[in-house]
Amino acid sequence: MGEVLRPLIILFGVLAGVMGISSGLIWLERRLLSLWQDRYGPNRVGPFGLLQVVADMIKIFFKEDWVPPFADRPVFVVAPAIVVATTLISFAIVPFSPGISVSDLNVGLLFFLAMSSLSVYSVVLGGWSSRSKYALLGSLRATAQLLSYEVFMGLSLMGVVMLAGSFNLHTIVEAQKGLWFCIPQFPSLIIFFIGGLAETHRLPFDLPEAESELVAGYHTEYSGMKFGMFFVGEYVGITLVSALMVTLFFGGWLGPVLPPMVWFLGKTFVLICVFILLRAAMPRPRYDQLMGYAWKILLPLSLLNLLVTAGVLLAHG
Amino acid sequence: MLSILRTVWTVLLHMFRRRETVQYPEEKIYLPPRFRGRIILSRDPDGRERCVACYLCAAACPANCIALQAARNEHGRRYSAFFRINFSRCILCGFCEEACPTCAIQLTPDFEYCEYERQNMVYEKEDLLIEGPGKYPDYNFYRVAGQAVEGKDKGEGESETPPVDIYSLLP
Repeated sequence: MGEVLRPLIILFGVLAGVMGISSGLIWLERRLLSLWQDRYGPNRVGPFGLLQVVADMIKIFFKEDWVPPFADRPVFVVAPAIVVATTLISFAIVPFSPGISVSDLNVGLLFFLAMSSLSVYSVVLGGWSSRSKYALLGSLRATAQLLSYEVFMGLSLMGVVMLAGSFNLHTIVEAQKGLWFCIPQFPSLIIFFIGGLAETHRLPFDLPEAESELVAGYHTEYSGMKFGMFFVGEYVGITLVSALMVTLFFGGWLGPVLPPMVWFLGKTFVLICVFILLRAAMPRPRYDQLMGYAWKILLPLSLLNLLVTAGVLLAHG
Repeated sequence: MLSILRTVWTVLLHMFRRRETVQYPEEKIYLPPRFRGRIILSRDPDGRERCVACYLCAAACPANCIALQAARNEHGRRYSAFFRINFSRCILCGFCEEACPTCAIQLTPDFEYCEYERQNMVYEKEDLLIEGPGKYPDYNFYRVAGQAVEGKDKGEGESETPPVDIYSLLP
């Protein structure tokens, strides 16, 4: 009985938790952004404006779900589901505390990279099937950006994998008992963070959306809950990247006194706040600059990091 | 790179700044007396309507939101039979106030007059007329300019000054 129930409880707990957190993030982001911009943000609906999310959800569910007549209907409908599905599936490998994860996959990290590559399809298909110039431009940008940032995002993680000697995230966390990987693998932390920003197309790398240039980028033609799916997918993505950074670089659940789950969630929360802080602080780079950073700086840097890590490991033995 | 970190740090420090937001319904900002808000029709110090239905306000209105109809009472005095302002069109520019020769139409520092139904934004004369002289407590148009009524020409009434010769440049 327990054998069957335990995975199910973890599964639905993770699903509900992630969906709850990522919808709560909408509120958190608006409050934090306004805190850093000397405003209040939503503070009317419920205590501290917490029920604003509920109000927005009710609104977005009852909005007209408009599919433009010129759009490629089946693809248009499927696209927003892909991003939510892939990011949610990626949470299967995240170890929340010892023994608590949906799947203790021995190629967990590869699974995450594969899923994040698949989520590119959502943006590409969404923009393509809209048959609108802004959406197409947005998805063009998204494709180039995500593909090029994925390359070194994967490469930067290989240093961690070398140090831990495994793709399994549980093992990686266990390997950080002595020293968190954020110190020996500092360059790769920075590279992964930048890659993660670009993967979730958050500001300053939100060129696929770029409200000031492309209306709303790849989801220009979307409305109602389909738009909401893209929105939720983005926040699930932020949670995922933060959770993975905690797992890979900040020792996952490791920490004194407090229970492991609290450590994990606390660290993730801080990283999410950093994501939001960057949005509040940084301007959007030009598109050629964005591609230039990726190929000319970050890719060589991650290769160098890989080389040095491998050399040090070989020398030590 | 350093400048980016400095920017992030500066933004982070804004956490400890005072928030600029005015929490509107609870907390209200000071509106100066000459703020241009909801329009009213005032009365002169004797309690009579100032409006002489000259149509200048309606002519000056760029949004065409003022409608009125002139009428005369038994003394031959002009007044408005109806006076209607459509506040859903009014842009609160204050041109009507400037155009008004009798200081009857005035803008007040009140902007909180929203309605759930659009038709309720149309104010009739009884909604517009107030029981006081508004911004000009001592001003009575007829004391200055006079009015010819039965048995009395302009400037012949009690303590009235004769009308100004508008074709003369002399003071």
